[in-house]
Amino acid sequence: MGLLTDLRDSISRVVDRLFSESEPKRIGIYGPPNAGKTTLANRIARDWTGDAIGPESHIPHETRRARRKENVEIERNGKKVTIDIVDTPGVTTKVDYKEFLDHDMEKEDAVRRSREATEGVAEAMHWLREDVDGVIYVLDSTKDPISQVNTMLIGIIESQDLPVLIFANKIDLEDSNVERISNAYPQHETVELSALEGENMDEVYAKIAEYFA
Amino acid sequence: MPEATTSENGSGGVQIDLFSGSRMASLTSMEKIRLILDGVRDGNIVILEEGLSPDEESKLIEVTMAEISPDEFNGIEIETYPRSQAADQSFLDRLMGRQSTQKLTVIGPANQIQTLHKDENLISALVSRK
Repeated sequence: MGLLTDLRDSISRVVDRLFSESEPKRIGIYGPPNAGKTTLANRIARDWTGDAIGPESHIPHETRRARRKENVEIERNGKKVTIDIVDTPGVTTKVDYKEFLDHDMEKEDAVRRSREATEGVAEAMHWLREDVDGVIYVLDSTKDPISQVNTMLIGIIESQDLPVLIFANKIDLEDSNVERISNAYPQHETVELSALEGENMDEVYAKIAEYFA
Repeated sequence: MPEATTSENGSGGVQIDLFSGSRMASLTSMEKIRLILDGVRDGNIVILEEGLSPDEESKLIEVTMAEISPDEFNGIEIETYPRSQAADQSFLDRLMGRQSTQKLTVIGPANQIQTLHKDENLISALVSRK
């Protein structure tokens, strides 16, 4: 990609933003499977609209289709933003149906779930390349954040010049280590929270309003 | 770096294909992805001297997902040395759209390769036969 292409893309982005100033921003919630993306999406949606987005589960790949909740108005510290929350399937480079057999699932159901999961991951990647204006990247703060999928995805998000907030989720758990996440990705702001328990949601909403307004 | 391939020796060994940066540079994005996935689906370990761009990595995940098939192909394991951050690039590099993708990348079948250790200087992996 050369100078002219970059200039054309930059002008196009500015024009798009000027004309879409009043349009809700589509904020994709991304991250690896079981990081708590849907729990967070539901928490935000319930707090500001009263409705949930989708079912939550401890079984990986519960979310196998990207789901959008439109026109979520968030207001904090005098800043207001209207966003469409896009809850996406957890991104991975491998899916083995046998993983689901450990969750008391019949083979037929496990195979179907794995097929749907692979379609969901592909769909999430497509959304990321084409259809989101910003990203909330959710990580389980009890796990090592420097996995290849995380490194790759954050690299992909950066290459798209999308604004990104990193959410260190599950701080209610004993093994939580937020510092490990902020050290791993020092170029981005890390906000700690427990989406399940609703801990630190004030700061979460303040950051969303500040970053995506 | 020269391109190296250790051929399947018929004794159930693991083939390792090492692709030079210059070989990959002559391919389109989809050709690169096809080359990687064809190798990995044959049970080979593919090593790229210079890695893929973020956009190519995104497409690699998408195409990999489309090809996963129960009891046949579970996807890929991929490891790279950490990318130098975009913020480290010079202003001129960013202006000209020059983005370094030089990062050694190791890709293998998910059911045959397991990363044991990774830091900025070492990728240690356990590779099993098919």
